[in-house]
Amino acid sequence: MDNELRSIDHEGLGTLFSRWRAGGRRILAPRRENEKTDFAEVQAPGEACLDPVQTAQSAKSAVFPRVEELFAYRRRDGLVELRERDLADLPATVLFGVRPCDAAALAGLAAILNWDTADRLFSARREKLAVVAVSCTRSDERCFCTSVGGGPGARTGSDLLLTDLGGGGYLVETVSDRGRALLAGAEDLLRPAAGREKDKESRLARVEKRFDPERVRAALQSLFDDEVFWTEQSLRCLGCGACAYVCPTCACFDIQDEDGRRLRCWDSCGHALFTLHTSGHNPRPLQSQRWRQRLMHKFSYMPERQEALGCVGCGRCSRACPVDMDILEHLLAVAEAKP
Amino acid sequence: MEALRNKARELLAAGTVKVVIGYERGSAGAARAVFVRDAARAGSLIFDETCRQNLAVYLMKPEVRRLGKAALVAAPAALRTVLQLAAENQVQDGGLLLLAPENGGVAVLAELSAVEARVAAQDPEPGREEREELARYEAMTLEQRRDFWQEQFARCSKCYACRAACPLCYCARCTVECNQPQWIPVPAHDLGNLEWNVMRAMHLAGRCIDCGDCSRACPAGIPLHLLNRKLIAVVRGSFAFRAGRAAKSDNALSTFRPDDPEDFIR
Repeated sequence: MDNELRSIDHEGLGTLFSRWRAGGRRILAPRRENEKTDFAEVQAPGEACLDPVQTAQSAKSAVFPRVEELFAYRRRDGLVELRERDLADLPATVLFGVRPCDAAALAGLAAILNWDTADRLFSARREKLAVVAVSCTRSDERCFCTSVGGGPGARTGSDLLLTDLGGGGYLVETVSDRGRALLAGAEDLLRPAAGREKDKESRLARVEKRFDPERVRAALQSLFDDEVFWTEQSLRCLGCGACAYVCPTCACFDIQDEDGRRLRCWDSCGHALFTLHTSGHNPRPLQSQRWRQRLMHKFSYMPERQEALGCVGCGRCSRACPVDMDILEHLLAVAEAKP
Repeated sequence: MEALRNKARELLAAGTVKVVIGYERGSAGAARAVFVRDAARAGSLIFDETCRQNLAVYLMKPEVRRLGKAALVAAPAALRTVLQLAAENQVQDGGLLLLAPENGGVAVLAELSAVEARVAAQDPEPGREEREELARYEAMTLEQRRDFWQEQFARCSKCYACRAACPLCYCARCTVECNQPQWIPVPAHDLGNLEWNVMRAMHLAGRCIDCGDCSRACPAGIPLHLLNRKLIAVVRGSFAFRAGRAAKSDNALSTFRPDDPEDFIR
C-alpha cells in the first residue's frame, strides 16, 4: 500500500488537518501577509498560500528559532544553579507546504548543528517535526535545486510529498514512517491514484541543471587566495545578513546572556562582528573575505567535513538581496574561473 | 544612456576618475551597482526607471574608497545624500564627480555648490502617495501606532539590511556592536527589535534624505521609511530644516546654541 500512489481531494485534506490538530499537532504553512508569504500557524488548508514559488523566509525557525533559550542560571549562596530547558513542552508540528528544497535543507541544518555533538534543542524540535512538502509546479530564474542534488519533485527530507493535481486535490506519496503515522486512520480520505493522476513528472516545474557542485568545490580550492577574484565578486555586497537569515541551511549563531537566560540568536558570517576577536584583530576584515567564506562554507567546507552541501538551490538569498548578489551567477563564475 | 556611457569613457580614459560607480543590468531584469574602472567597459552602464538603489552608499565602503577618485551616477536621492555626507565631513568638495542623467544627456557636477543648485532646482516635495501614507499614519492614535510597529517589528530578524543599505548609516562601529555596556539587546525578540528600529530611526532624524532604500532592502517588507518620513516631517516642522539641501549645515538634533529658546536645554 505504501508504495502505491494515492490521492486526496481538498475536502479530505481539510479533514486531515482537523485530525492532525485534534491529535495535538500544530500546523505551520505558508501564509500571505503584508505582501510577503511566510510560515505561520494555520487551522485549515485554505489559509495556506502555495502560490509563490517560495516563501520569503525559510522554514528553519521551526527547528532553529531566531532566538531561543538554551538554559537559565542564577547565583545563590556563592553557587551557580543551572536550569536546563524543559523540552517536553515543545509542540508536535506538521510543516505543511514546504518545497522539496526546504525539506532537503533540514539535513543540511542537522549536518551543522549535530556535527560532532548532537544539538539537544534542534534535535528535540526535529524529532517532533513532520514534513509535508508540496512539489514545485512552477519555478523562477533564481531556482537551481537540480544543480545541488534536489529536484522539483524530490522526496528527500519529506515525510509526505504532495503534488498538486490541478484543481482536483493532491497526489500523495508516503516517504517515511513519520509520514505513515500522519496518515494513520486516514484511509477513508485517500483513494488509489488513477490514470493521469499517476503522472507526477509531467506536472513538475522544469529546473535546468546549471553546474556540477564537485566542479565548484574543486574550483573554490584553487580560488581561495585570489584576492582580485573575490574583491570583484563582492564589491557591490553591502555586508548585511539578509542572505543568511532567509537561508534554510545557514546556522551561524551568537550567544547572548540576558537576565539569567543564555540565548542563542541567529547571526551571519557576512557581518564584520561575527569574527571580530576580543583583541581587536579580525581574521576576515573585508567584505570580500566574508563573501568568500559564505561560498566556501556551503560548497567546500561542508561537503568535505560533513559530506553535505550547505545549499539546496532555493534561491531565497538571491531574491532577498538588496543589491542583486545572485548566488547562481556567482557559482557559475566560480565554476568557470581559470585557476 | 549613450551620453552617460560616453562621459564615463571620457573620464576614465583621461584619468580624471579611477572608477565610475553606476548601474548595469543584473539578473532577472534588475538594475544593480557596477564599478567601471576601464573605459572599454563603460558600455555596460544603464540608467532607467529600474535604477533605484541609492549608489551613494558605496562612497563610504572601504573597498570602494580604495579604488580612487570616483564619479557617481547620481539620481536625485544620491545628490541629496552627497550633500548630507559633506555636511557631516564625509565627502570633500572636489573629491568626487557626480553624473546626473537628464533628458537623454548627463550633467557633470564637480563642485558641491553645483549639487546644491541642482537639488534646489529639483526641490522634491513628497508626492501624493507619500503624503497620503504619512497622513494615514499620523491619523493613528499612539496606541494604534504602537500596535502597528509591534506587529511590523515582530517580523524583524535583525539582518541589518536596513543599516547596510543606508548611505547615512556609516558608523565604523554601530551602537548595536558595542557591548560594554550593551545598549541595544542583540536578540531579535520584541524588545530587541523595538530598540534597534527606534534607535536606527532616531539616529537618522534630521539626517535622512528619504531615499527609501531601508524599506527596499528589508527582506521582511517592514515599511521602515515611514518612521524616517515621520521624523523628517517633525524636524522640518520644528526646525525648518531638511537634510541633504546644503553642503554645510548644522545637524538639527546635535547642535547646541546658548541662545536656544527652549528652557530645558540650558
